[in-house]
Amino acid sequence: MAQGPEHVLSADQLGKLIEALVRQGYEVIGPRLRDGAIVYDKVESSEDLPAGWTDEQEPGRYRLKRREDDAFFGYAVGPQSWKNYLHPADVRLWSAERQGETFRILNNEAKPQRQHAFLGARACELAAIAVQDRVLLEDKYRDPIYDRRRRGAFIIAVQCTQAAATCFCASMGTGPQVSAGFDLVLTELLGPKGHRFLLAAGSDRGAEILAELETVPATAEVCQEARARVEAAARQQVRSIDTAGIKELLYENFEHPRWDNVASRCLTCANCTMVCPTCFCTSVEDVTDITGDHAERWRRWDSCFTQSFSYIHGGSVRTSAKARYRQWMTHKLASWIDQFGSSGCVGCGRCITWCPVGIDITEEVTAIREGGQNGNP
Amino acid sequence: METLDRIIAEHPFFIGLDDGFTNLMVSCASNVRFKAATYILREGDPANTFYLIRDGKVAVEVMAPQHKPIIVSTLSVGEILGWSWLLPPFQWKFHARAVDDVRAIALDGKCLRTKCEQNHDLGYEVLKRFAQIIEQRLEATRLQLLDVYAVRR
Amino acid sequence: MTVATAVTTDPMLPQPYAVREVAKETPDTFTLRLEPENAVNRSSFQPGQFSMLWVFGVGELPISISGDPALHDRLVYTVRSVGQATHSLVNRGVGDGVGVRGPFGAGWPLEAARGRDVIVVAGGIGLAPLRPVIYHVLQNRKDYGRLVILYGGRSPRDLMYRKELVTWARNPETQVLVTVDYGGLNWRGHVGVVTTLFKYSRLQPARSVAMVCGPEIMMRFVTRELETRGLSRDDIYLSMERNMKCAVGFCGHCQYGPHFICKDGPVFRYEQILNLLEKYEL
Repeated sequence: MAQGPEHVLSADQLGKLIEALVRQGYEVIGPRLRDGAIVYDKVESSEDLPAGWTDEQEPGRYRLKRREDDAFFGYAVGPQSWKNYLHPADVRLWSAERQGETFRILNNEAKPQRQHAFLGARACELAAIAVQDRVLLEDKYRDPIYDRRRRGAFIIAVQCTQAAATCFCASMGTGPQVSAGFDLVLTELLGPKGHRFLLAAGSDRGAEILAELETVPATAEVCQEARARVEAAARQQVRSIDTAGIKELLYENFEHPRWDNVASRCLTCANCTMVCPTCFCTSVEDVTDITGDHAERWRRWDSCFTQSFSYIHGGSVRTSAKARYRQWMTHKLASWIDQFGSSGCVGCGRCITWCPVGIDITEEVTAIREGGQNGNP
Repeated sequence: METLDRIIAEHPFFIGLDDGFTNLMVSCASNVRFKAATYILREGDPANTFYLIRDGKVAVEVMAPQHKPIIVSTLSVGEILGWSWLLPPFQWKFHARAVDDVRAIALDGKCLRTKCEQNHDLGYEVLKRFAQIIEQRLEATRLQLLDVYAVRR
Repeated sequence: MTVATAVTTDPMLPQPYAVREVAKETPDTFTLRLEPENAVNRSSFQPGQFSMLWVFGVGELPISISGDPALHDRLVYTVRSVGQATHSLVNRGVGDGVGVRGPFGAGWPLEAARGRDVIVVAGGIGLAPLRPVIYHVLQNRKDYGRLVILYGGRSPRDLMYRKELVTWARNPETQVLVTVDYGGLNWRGHVGVVTTLFKYSRLQPARSVAMVCGPEIMMRFVTRELETRGLSRDDIYLSMERNMKCAVGFCGHCQYGPHFICKDGPVFRYEQILNLLEKYEL
């Protein structure tokens, strides 16, 4: 269904939304403060949310700061994305038992007990989920692990009313405006008129939850205010990628000197691939117990930045840091388009923030376009 | 000799060369045979003849102390054996052994050398053709050196 | 965009097969014949496809299927022992279990080659994924023109399928040429890299489709030679190899430029990858 009519919910009623979801059998996952960051974890009441906190992000820098108000969603994005729940980092695929000379496979992948409700999904995150849908559900094969978690996930999107310094979703065409892919969408409004949410349903089950809450219809004025805040968030963005012809740009510049430049800085630590909401690479690991009669296959996140990622007998194909950084960036911004019909990058800026040496993907694109070896040495 | 005429004139090496010259080569050419396991040429011997292989296989070998002879390549039908006659010191650098019974046309390299010195246009044409043969052999040899089928650990 | 296929057997779960025969081809290469534990399973495949073979508790490997595609009661693989996993695979004895997932991948263009000459160029273990092509062409002889098989190995003792090479050569309109990089005194065949065999072959470029498999360096030089001899880039096919974990396009390891070798390949038209072959560390 297209977005339903807009309603206003008082901020002190946010907890009721969480309760309604729990009643419907969902486990609510939302933002929480932990280890100096805002991460996605189990949320049981509105008290668990990071009210009054914001994040300051720069290349290689993330700090939490207290706000002057009590906004629940007054931050941009933390190190994690919903990928941690939809495409988990460690999954047992199956186990097997030896039976004489042969074996029996027990198709016993660990399945989630309850479906998740994602509270606080940003436009870039919804775009990332759509990107992963295309990779894991809509290509030659279908990933049943992702499928099971994705189908049942209830999504409460949140419109961004501010941008971090590392955000560039506007230039990637993925935000900050949320337009589709959600069950409910919230815009948080604070000011003299009070702390409230503009909300609307984007699906039948979203409408069902909405019906359980005490809301009033939104006035045109409130809707206008909400839209203006989102537009302000777009204007606030200081970074961008010029995506015109970017596929050809990267394909044709395989030997550009900028790759050596970035290679001299890149630690191949793989942080960027861990925090990136669209990176999907995994590896499989076969393990046995000491008796050798029981075996398991596990799927774990992997990264193209590791030395062994491209290993075939005789050695790895991409041994240098240069080749590995180039592979990641070319895949993300260029090859992805040929593979899946869209860019792999949603402009969330996480890779910029969480790179220990502050490599900025937007700056790297500009440097290659301009043809010189500019930028930080 | 008629067969020889046609074979030489139609061989890629001779195409495009002056007719008079080709006739001269034919007049210095002869059919030769080598029984299997005999040596056609030996390393260190003066190089004055080259061969156009018509049948059979020839192994180009290196004699190494404490080793059996090492075959570096084989040549067969249609290929030219020998280029050391063209450049100083006009000495064979390898052995060439007939692997099976070999039929070939022997061509007078010494005569051809003299003609090339006298007529540089001819010399250039001949060198161009041999340069191509040498380039192909060099490329193939480099590939062999790579040992692509070996297992690297 | 392709539609997600519903596969009859789950492509993620190994099916139990048992080793029925192990044949030694060379000092480090063995051919295994596997048959399904559950006799109901048909084991069919397209030449050029591969399976993921699982040794209980050790690991899983992508191995090209090297058997006869007309036989649906078995799967045959030729494996070279180069590391721990391949070592445990070739040491399977008759009766031992092996898990099989697949078959996966895009195979050789047998349809496109109908009515044309087929040139098979193989280097080393590369003859294994091409053997099903040879079987198919010889069993459907009138559907194809001339068959030219060019095979290069490291040394005489490293040549596989020796008896079959002799019988294949006896077929009508079939030429088999073999060479080694390192000959010996007892070797009376060709010595030199496989590209040196072209000049002895009876090739008709305009009528030919070439299928090439071997080490990447060898394939690069062979395709160059084929082009020099007049084959079109659309008529040359190569089988590529990269690290594989899942074989279903999800783990990301096998990417080669924009291609996933497990599902877009392993067989590619030269035209599709010619600007990738020259890129170092791609």
